[in-house]
Amino acid sequence: MNIHEYQAKELFEKFGVATPAGKVAATAEEAGAAAREIGGTGLVVKAQVHAGGRGKGTFKNGFKGGVHVINTAEEAQEIAGKMLGQTLVTHQTGPEGKLVSKVLIAKSVDIVKELYFAILFDRSKSTHSIIASTEGGMNIEEVAEKTPEKITKVPVHPTMGLQPYQCRKIASALGLKGPLINQAVKLFTALWNLYSKSDCSLVEVNPLAVTTDGQVVALDAKFNFDDNALYRQKEVTAMRDTSEEDPREVAASEFGLNYIGLDGNIACLVNGAGLAMATMDIIKLHGGEPANFLDVGGGATKDQVASAFKIILGDPNVKGILVNIFGGIMDCNVIAQGIIAAVNEVGLTLPLVVRLEGNNVEAGKATLAGSDLAILSADGLTDAAQKIVAAVANVA
Amino acid sequence: MAILVDTDTRILVQGITGDFGSRHAKASLDYGTQLVAGVTPGKGGQFFEHNGHKVPIFDTVAEAAAETGATVSAIFVPPPFAADAILECVDAKLALAVAITEGIPVNDMIRVKSAMCHSKTRLIGPNCPGVVTPGRGDKSQGGCRIGIAPGYIHRRGNVGVVSRSGTLTYEAVWQLTTRGYGQSTCVGIGGDPVNGTNHTDVLQMFNDDPETEAIIMIGEIGGSAEVDAARWAAENCKKPIAAFIAGATAPAGRRMGHAGAIVGGAEDTAEAKKRILRECGIAVADSPADMAAALLERMGK
Repeated sequence: MNIHEYQAKELFEKFGVATPAGKVAATAEEAGAAAREIGGTGLVVKAQVHAGGRGKGTFKNGFKGGVHVINTAEEAQEIAGKMLGQTLVTHQTGPEGKLVSKVLIAKSVDIVKELYFAILFDRSKSTHSIIASTEGGMNIEEVAEKTPEKITKVPVHPTMGLQPYQCRKIASALGLKGPLINQAVKLFTALWNLYSKSDCSLVEVNPLAVTTDGQVVALDAKFNFDDNALYRQKEVTAMRDTSEEDPREVAASEFGLNYIGLDGNIACLVNGAGLAMATMDIIKLHGGEPANFLDVGGGATKDQVASAFKIILGDPNVKGILVNIFGGIMDCNVIAQGIIAAVNEVGLTLPLVVRLEGNNVEAGKATLAGSDLAILSADGLTDAAQKIVAAVANVA
Repeated sequence: MAILVDTDTRILVQGITGDFGSRHAKASLDYGTQLVAGVTPGKGGQFFEHNGHKVPIFDTVAEAAAETGATVSAIFVPPPFAADAILECVDAKLALAVAITEGIPVNDMIRVKSAMCHSKTRLIGPNCPGVVTPGRGDKSQGGCRIGIAPGYIHRRGNVGVVSRSGTLTYEAVWQLTTRGYGQSTCVGIGGDPVNGTNHTDVLQMFNDDPETEAIIMIGEIGGSAEVDAARWAAENCKKPIAAFIAGATAPAGRRMGHAGAIVGGAEDTAEAKKRILRECGIAVADSPADMAAALLERMGK
């Protein structure tokens, strides 16, 4: 799950992470009022979408730039009016762009030095790690590749958490001196508290800025959260903006299905995440392109299959469907009856190949064969992949 | 011999009265597993009854182990309580805790893994299908089934199977069984990024197990566990190994169902993993339909 920049700022303020003053606005009038409240000149108006590259983006109404520096409340209102309700296209949004429904008005700061500071889950160490670099504002992967000596990596103790001496060590590695060191230690500690108490899996502050008036502040941040912990993070969950997500994935999650949309035309419906990935792979191996990842979980009941069909059919690219179920504990005949009922319920007309394996598989296949629906029954994984690739090729 | 558990291993089930736990406890009893105790706090003194079996329920793991001699726990408790359930196994000095639970927060697992350092208990999982050492009866009856795998697909034999995925494990097992090749032990290590036992740990056990003659290792995109295991095997394991890595078509940066199945860097893609596994002498199947075939070919069968 991702959050907006203004929400990140709210979390920063709650946990005492130093960040320039800012306010969110949903209307041009609110933007003007926010600018007046923050006061002074040198403010920025920033379109709130989950994609990067906003500054260089263009709105579909022709207005250029999702980030503007302004000096008066009137300007803030005018610029916000050109952004709100408009669609911003950046190199990360795709050509369809993202609708801007909120803008952030923030105090801009004069920067002496841009640094990089991130906390992320580090699976190789089974704990979280800090990554810091003197090269702020840059693509950190590039820095790591070209100048690895400019990256500092510190693992966080799994039960003790981030310690003050570790923060001082990082501040020193970032070249901070004098009072900036203690400011940085305070900021890192606050950020760690925010990270661990909110069950984050990534907080990337880029840039972490040193300002001309001698402050260390977090300017922008990217957040990721551990989906498994959202049940105990009510405040974070409330920040979810489903309009930023693939609508098919949002619909799937409402049915308890695990769906990820892809670019191909062969949809698949599988029980189990590993087998679902493997099914995508075998479609590709036989010359097809998977349209999605879809794990219906262990059960594959009629209702789940019907919901899954509806989500699959919401993708106009889909030209055929492969159902791959390893029946395991469940009776394949029950699964076959569920598939037939689901096909009838949604009125499926696309080619459908079903591969069943496991408990009572012969009865399941007989049930599929005995139905008057045009379901192709497959013998094994390879046969299933070949059959659906051929069927889709015929349609296209 | 087999690894981790054998047909006479005595197991208990934490969460035996829950919907999920009770369903699979029944399947284990039907399979002939020595399921000797259940644990549900507040239901101590009651019994879990199924097809003539009468399994005593205890309030704590320590009591259950002391009263019944159970040395292994199958954990079916919901995610918010699973970390605590694992630590209870450690406290009771069980040999093995198998956490089936899916969806445990990563912070809970980081703390649990740290707390389990130097403990007597090995953890398998979480978010795993469990462990099966097949029995010698009809359809492998009489085996030790811990978790949620279908028992009847197995057959006792000499191939060890280790995997991050449930249904993909069943595929591999079924491919072996239908070709007449049985399994020593099948271990689902789970799809989470922080787990108790990794591929290398299981390969070491299979390498040391005289009954295991060949190994199928099933992996996924994300992390370096399969690559680490392959490098270890290249140096230390003479037994033939075949592998499959799921996720060749997965887009980078997306979590593919399992919390651990996400491509982060250049080294954890399916392509990179397959290349390194091949360099380490492992027979890699490009198709999930060919896992057993790749192993049999490597074995010269």
